[in-house]
Amino acid sequence: MRKLIDTHHSKNPEQALKNEQRTRPGKVKSKGQTGQSMKHDSAEKHVTGKAVYVDDMPEYPNQLHIAVGGSAYAHAKIKSIDLTSVRETLGVVDVITVHDVPGHVDIGPVFSGDPVLVEELCEYVGQPIFAVAANTMEIAKAAVAKASIEYDVLEPTLNVEKALADKFFVRPTHQHVRGDSAKALAAAPHRIQGQQHVNGQEHFYLEGQVCSVLPTEDGGMTVYSSTQHPTEVQKLVAEVLDISINKVKVEIRRMGGGFGGKETQAAPLACIAAIVANKTGRPVKYRMSRTDDMVMTGKRHPFFNRYDVGFDDQGIMLGSDIMVAGNCGNSPDLSDAIVDRAMFHSDNAYYLNNATVTGHRCKTHTISNTAYRGFGGPQGVILAELMMDDIARHLGEDPLTIRKRNLYGIKHDHIRTAAGEVDPRNQTHYGQTVEQKVLPELIEELEQTSNYWQRREEIKQFNANSPFLKKGLSLTPVKFGISFTVQFLNQAGALVHIYTDGSIHLNHGGTEMGQGLFVKVAQVVAEEFQVDLDTIQVSATNTEKVPNTSPTAASSGTDLNGMAARDACLRIKAGMLTFAAEHYGAAEENIYFDDNHLVVIKDSDKESASEEKLRIPFADFVQQAYMGRVPLSSTGFYKTPKIHYDRETGKGRPFYYYANGASVSEVLVDTLTGESRLVRTDILHDVGRSLNPAIDKGQIEGAFIQGMGWLTTEELKWNDQGRLLSNGPATYKIPAVGDTPFEFNVNLLEDRPNREETIYRSKAVGEPPFMLGISVWSAIRDAVASLADYNYSAPMDTPATPEEILKSVHNTKDFMRNKNAIAKGQKV
Amino acid sequence: MSKPVIKFCLNGRWIEETAVTSDMTVLRYLRTQQILAGTKEGCGSGDCGACSVLLGERIADDTANESSEGQWHYQAINGCITFIAQLDGKSLITVDALATKGSAKDKEGDQLHPAQQAMVDYHGSQCGFCTPGIVMSLAALHENQRINKNSEPADHHQIIDALSGNLCRCTGYRPIIEAAENMNNYHNNSVDVGQVGIWQPAMNHDASADTKSGLIHTASKIDIESQSWSPKTEDELKVLLAQHPQARMVAGATDIALEVTQMNRRIPQLIAINDIASLKTIVIEDESIMIGAGVTYSQMEATLNEHFPEFGQLLHRFASRQVRNNGTMGGNVANASPIGDTPPVLLALGACIELASAEGSRWLALHDFFLDYKKTQQKPGEYLRMIRIPRLQANQVLKVYKISKRLEDDISAVLAAFKFTLEGKVGAQTVTAVTSGFGGMAGIPKAAMHLEQTLLNQQVSMAAFEQAAQVLEQDFNPMSDVRATSAYRMQVAQNLIQKCAFELSNPNAVTRIESLDKSELSLSEVNAEVANHA
Repeated sequence: MRKLIDTHHSKNPEQALKNEQRTRPGKVKSKGQTGQSMKHDSAEKHVTGKAVYVDDMPEYPNQLHIAVGGSAYAHAKIKSIDLTSVRETLGVVDVITVHDVPGHVDIGPVFSGDPVLVEELCEYVGQPIFAVAANTMEIAKAAVAKASIEYDVLEPTLNVEKALADKFFVRPTHQHVRGDSAKALAAAPHRIQGQQHVNGQEHFYLEGQVCSVLPTEDGGMTVYSSTQHPTEVQKLVAEVLDISINKVKVEIRRMGGGFGGKETQAAPLACIAAIVANKTGRPVKYRMSRTDDMVMTGKRHPFFNRYDVGFDDQGIMLGSDIMVAGNCGNSPDLSDAIVDRAMFHSDNAYYLNNATVTGHRCKTHTISNTAYRGFGGPQGVILAELMMDDIARHLGEDPLTIRKRNLYGIKHDHIRTAAGEVDPRNQTHYGQTVEQKVLPELIEELEQTSNYWQRREEIKQFNANSPFLKKGLSLTPVKFGISFTVQFLNQAGALVHIYTDGSIHLNHGGTEMGQGLFVKVAQVVAEEFQVDLDTIQVSATNTEKVPNTSPTAASSGTDLNGMAARDACLRIKAGMLTFAAEHYGAAEENIYFDDNHLVVIKDSDKESASEEKLRIPFADFVQQAYMGRVPLSSTGFYKTPKIHYDRETGKGRPFYYYANGASVSEVLVDTLTGESRLVRTDILHDVGRSLNPAIDKGQIEGAFIQGMGWLTTEELKWNDQGRLLSNGPATYKIPAVGDTPFEFNVNLLEDRPNREETIYRSKAVGEPPFMLGISVWSAIRDAVASLADYNYSAPMDTPATPEEILKSVHNTKDFMRNKNAIAKGQKV
Repeated sequence: MSKPVIKFCLNGRWIEETAVTSDMTVLRYLRTQQILAGTKEGCGSGDCGACSVLLGERIADDTANESSEGQWHYQAINGCITFIAQLDGKSLITVDALATKGSAKDKEGDQLHPAQQAMVDYHGSQCGFCTPGIVMSLAALHENQRINKNSEPADHHQIIDALSGNLCRCTGYRPIIEAAENMNNYHNNSVDVGQVGIWQPAMNHDASADTKSGLIHTASKIDIESQSWSPKTEDELKVLLAQHPQARMVAGATDIALEVTQMNRRIPQLIAINDIASLKTIVIEDESIMIGAGVTYSQMEATLNEHFPEFGQLLHRFASRQVRNNGTMGGNVANASPIGDTPPVLLALGACIELASAEGSRWLALHDFFLDYKKTQQKPGEYLRMIRIPRLQANQVLKVYKISKRLEDDISAVLAAFKFTLEGKVGAQTVTAVTSGFGGMAGIPKAAMHLEQTLLNQQVSMAAFEQAAQVLEQDFNPMSDVRATSAYRMQVAQNLIQKCAFELSNPNAVTRIESLDKSELSLSEVNAEVANHA
């Protein structure tokens, strides 16, 4: 008998959880199984420079290098193209335009709108028009500059507010409605409005976009691509070449960072390189320079958000009308799902009550924005945090108090349902119940360990005495939904082989971009076979080993691939155990793996209570199983249960579960210059039962700093022609080592296994902590609010650069001047 | 004529290069000519540090003490913005050679360098792409601690400084800092047999003989016009400049290299002046300090810290450690960047510069040097030789402010520098003289003449200075660009003048967020005192 997923399907999940807990603890673990802080599987290769990235692979002597010529205008029609002098450049081997594409021209991942090369209409500065293949990258780049292209320049839309006014959208608007927000707003004792521009973010993976392709003898293509989505690269390369998918192989061992930027954005490079390789019959490498990468690949969506919220005297929300408008750029790409996620997270951790949440997908003539860690979630969450701060200032309460009162699952005696019962306040505006109540306790613990209230008093004192340096403090939580909101993506496959020496080979559809996916899934396999981690070798992600994979995205890598790998292990184990039972003449339930051995409890003389325990080294047993003709290889498969969402009604359960966390940040702001500095951060984060605490902690810290960068130093700037000005690290500043807080306390929430049956009850960790960075932005606002004795909340768009902060400071000072003038009875 | 060759030591092995183009960068050379792919390209502009390598120079016999005589001394530099021509006679170590090779026979693994082992053990790498660069910066820190016989682990400030030019997008740096703090707990393999040859290679006498003439000429395979020289004396430089007035001069090349890597321009004729000893001197005289045009920022740090503390402080925020190891103040001045960072300070300090050529030499005030955007008084055939900075008198104070989006390694939105001569006691001072320099406010680094006149004879107070700051609008009409808007530049420049007054009246107050230190986390007391005082 063989079970697909070896879990107890109890009707009561909490009970099932307890059962598991009872059987698991106290067991001695072999080296490297789950729950241990094993180092990254490539750590030694990283530090010695031996880890191979796509650009490091040996080059063929006849390899060609690509540079691409892009549109000079944000919105224009091409009148004529003359590439004669490009072609004639010494060292140039070929030049391609859209007319050289044998198959599909449109390579949009979900919806059409992304031509691999432009035929006529250019919709952003840098949009690829032609590609040059030359003997070196330098020659190719120099040749690109020689193109002569005439355009009919058209008026571009570059401003999201204009796009909104003109209803210039890439996809239709979507809405979540619960109750009657208009009525609730009208009846609320307090009602305030606010808005914010949330700027985008460049991924700035340290390894830029790159691929290397090689034509095969079957008329196909072998593609080495730095991609989070090998299957999509495979499919699109097949489509542009007009060949079947089985002729294209895509392989990726590791990326030098992804963060969502290599989910759809790697494909255009692979397609262009494949078209050239197909045409010339030569191997082709296409590596973007950093500037090209920043200009020609999508970024995090900027959002324009608005709220109208009504609340009672305690700051508890009664009704809200929320708008999130994503600036999608020129094409849909993944924007539909990204704006959806912003809508799903515009409540963050708070019960919105009567709510209307509207999500717009605005079109502008800029690069098409794309996936980026959090996938629209952060842009929604920050709106909720803006509301909390603004409500608090309006009422003169501490923002933490207001946040706590509005948390999901916090009941208030005076708030009753129609039936007269205390309202559980645990359902989101899209109809999903927040089942595992984590945040109230998590926040309470963090409040204490970070000394929030004592520091609040100290900071007030400091600010009263300090003439222009002001401190700010803020605690912000995050509740983040885990699952792809596109249901079919929630599946994964894996492949496990055991060789006759007992060594295990593991492969799965997930890609390694630094997040430690390979080691975590290997730990799962080590756990299943109870062997040391070094028994397991993980190989590069390869479309020929595991087909039809989903992107490694949505924080789902370990959840999906860990489960798929476990499924493969269980299938192999089932065969092994049947064989062992027969071979050793023992009942299957008396046979198990333990500490690199197979343990067989022979049928004992029950009266004497003595049992005979056989311990066979794992490798020896594998050898026996092989001789016994037992299959030692299996694929595995997993699909996430329970999830569904109805776009018609805007209701459902889009997420399998929520991951939670909170952070407290203290900042120092110079109110004369607008400069700010993070002094201390305390984080408590919920990863369920951690598979690898060190890796999880690394994700949390990295995500926090990246989130902080998004909201402070990282400023994307375009000119009025739609040209990106911040197109390199000299002008676009991601956090450096000196931007880290002096004191950085990061802890995992203990004893909180996932309520759902995820891989060993762990929780996804890639994206959720990104939003912890919002505490820094909120703390900066807190420092500025001290200038108005915490009774005024000046607007502050993101990122909070010194310039933006100084604007907020002046706004606050103007408010105080007016207020004082009014108090003195002067006319303002 | 000497042989057309550049000689340097790569990972312990002397190499003669005859066929590289003049503008070949170290990074490109390593990856495409040597097939050493451990060193990565993250940005190609010297901003991310993924290409960090260690450049070793032999400590000259006359400046060395007994124990360090003839020793090689290493610093991290950015391979992507260093030209091969700058390597002549030097030793280069890349990440590929940092670990000691284990013996395959005895099944020993590689013995990692402490910087590497600590990074592994403290989970300092995630995607691993920035890691080789980080390891090299940490190795430089570690080796320098060791050479200085300092067995104490590096302190927080030193660690941040060493890593200031290395961007990591994954970790948030905490584990890397922790690795740095614990490096000293590991066995140092650079003293092991086998590694010594890499760190302390024997001098290649052929190399020194060949380069004696100082004229190194390399011909390229592709472009026969490609030439580069690495003169060893100023006389040789003068001859070269007279013969090739169109050749580009580089000291650190940290700016000019961007023309190659970012703008895809060629530099067919290159003169690397980083090996001319007479341009690398610092002379402290009674009245002034003379800094050679070839002195790197790293080399002048101690001098500036001692004589102009706020100038020294600025260096921590000026570029990265890697850039400061190669870049020179001479290059910063000669390049005439409108922001520049050091020229505004030098203007405020009243610095003069010496321009030399085969014809002789001339001195001029820095004020008169900058003509227009990127245009200066420097004539073809001339080179910047020396910068003379008058020392501060007892009644003089230098104030330097840098405003940028990021604290470290960022180009200023505004840089403001003031030299005040004051009379009277703290709290009741009068300005008897003031000179200023601003960066980011005009097309060239420039003094604010109206402001200087208005501040003259003013009492030092926030109110008076705030009032005086209004005239700044007559001095400047700054531009809006990617770094800041015109309005912000003006506003913040005016606010800085106010801040200046506060600092002059409260010299002990903590007033800068960047100088905030771990030990100053609790500022309450300091500022309470200040508030009372004010």
